[in-house]
Amino acid sequence: MATVGAHLNEEALKRLDRQERFNLFGLTLPYLGLVSILIIIPIGWLFYMSFIGRDGTLSFENYTRMLDSKAYIRIFITTFKISFLTTLICALIGYPLTYFMSQLPKKWAGICMIGVLIPFWTSLLVRTYAWLVLLQKKGLLNNLLLDFQIIAEPIKFVHNTSGTLIGMAHIMLPFLILPLYANMRSIDKDCVRAAASLGATPSRAFWTVFFPLSIPGLLAGLLIVFVLCLGFYVTPAVLGGGRVIMAAMKISSNIELYFSWGAASALGVVLLVVTMAILFIASRLVSIDQISTRG
Amino acid sequence: MSFFNQQVSETHIRLKDRLWLYIISIIVLFLLIVPSLIVIPMSFSGSQYLEFPPKNWSFRWYENYFSSGQVGMGFNDWIGATWTSIKVAVLTIFVATPIGTMAAYGLINSGNRVRNILFPVMISPMMIPVILVAIGLFYFYVQFKMVNSILGLVLGHSLVAMPLVLIIVLSALKNYDMNQEKVARSLGASRIRAFFEITLPQIKFSIISASLISFLTSFDEVIISLFVAGGDNSTITRAMFLALRDQIDPTIAAISTILIIISTSLLILVQLFGTKKD
Repeated sequence: MATVGAHLNEEALKRLDRQERFNLFGLTLPYLGLVSILIIIPIGWLFYMSFIGRDGTLSFENYTRMLDSKAYIRIFITTFKISFLTTLICALIGYPLTYFMSQLPKKWAGICMIGVLIPFWTSLLVRTYAWLVLLQKKGLLNNLLLDFQIIAEPIKFVHNTSGTLIGMAHIMLPFLILPLYANMRSIDKDCVRAAASLGATPSRAFWTVFFPLSIPGLLAGLLIVFVLCLGFYVTPAVLGGGRVIMAAMKISSNIELYFSWGAASALGVVLLVVTMAILFIASRLVSIDQISTRG
Repeated sequence: MSFFNQQVSETHIRLKDRLWLYIISIIVLFLLIVPSLIVIPMSFSGSQYLEFPPKNWSFRWYENYFSSGQVGMGFNDWIGATWTSIKVAVLTIFVATPIGTMAAYGLINSGNRVRNILFPVMISPMMIPVILVAIGLFYFYVQFKMVNSILGLVLGHSLVAMPLVLIIVLSALKNYDMNQEKVARSLGASRIRAFFEITLPQIKFSIISASLISFLTSFDEVIISLFVAGGDNSTITRAMFLALRDQIDPTIAAISTILIIISTSLLILVQLFGTKKD
């Protein structure tokens, strides 16, 4: 009799537990609802639109036209080139700075961190504007170079690829530094000490011990920078001066100027698929928490 | 010379061997900070060309900003656009923070399997290129006549702010011992009461940080605003972007300075709340 009662009790408890779990799951529904209605459905519709031809029937016409057109191929090349170069610049200047910060006492590193966080939280538009002002023909950089007689004529730094790269690298740098810094801080200093005590020179200890241990953080930073660059719009639009056309800008002009949803959505689908593929690979390599910073 | 010969690490590296690293780091830090702040002195320049250091000082660009009438170019005046931005950003706090917090609470109390499936979906607004979110929203709003509406802007901005709220509150809840709620409930409190009286006071600083970040995210957002806002409901960032594409109007330096002051003060608040023990 007693065992049967206990059994009933257990059943009821389980039911209660399930009920509660269900209620708790319900708390995520407003969030999931908004994401489904405002992201998943519209993007699903973009997929659909990309397969609708000019005559309104199903076709691959948008994709084949994209592959045939020299303009689109150029846009893909520009997008990848700019993203790759920006990522490279960020790695080359971000790694030494992050290494420097990771070796400082926590208090000093915190002060340097302010230098990383100020640009991170300053409006992207403000920073793009600042670069426009600094790099223009009568801007600060040209004036300085002229004053020191390094150059005789003002150099055109902006409204071209170099201006775009400078601006984008500045905006992306914190996205590289933040995950890399977290990673470098977690590297056990004893590993480097052990290498040194066994006779490794400082540079050998760095390259054979420290650097390999920092690769996960570096990879996370590189991937987030690359992915963000692929979809970048504001900075290349302003600093590129119409000479640097990236995928996001073409999508926008297809809709704003030509109302060509088919072409825009096909390009959008390609951009989305590439982004998702890179993020998928990234999630295999590093934990997803590291990739999720302010986008 | 003894200064340069001092050891700077435990692996017998001398300062002079590492001097290059210090120099590079200081230059990079300088390059990170200066372009973010240089518009502040420039905005007080009296001349049409923004010089640094300004030859003569004036408030003319601020006057221009505060007294702006119709600016043309498809948006309302600067002040009107600023009010729209503030309105939308405040409303975004009230949409994104509760929805994000609820979802974080639901997620932390659900099984691992559910969490691993839902989390990537929930942070997708942050992962998908914003331009696609923006044109998707534009398409959606056209069907429901929500283009150029405050509601449309608030929902769009909430979408980008929610993942940040989720991540911040989730990490606060991960460090929080849910058993405390169980104790309260075993003493007779309902689940809701246990949450509001036991859990909420302990994660409130994270929630405040999350709401400040929601505000900032909305306030700085450009691309969604560009597509779904217009006419009388243009935001300040949209107006700035349109003005930037056409010419370098020094008024933008004054507006940039105001934006920097807003974001820096919010960041300081976030740091203050963030360092408090939740």
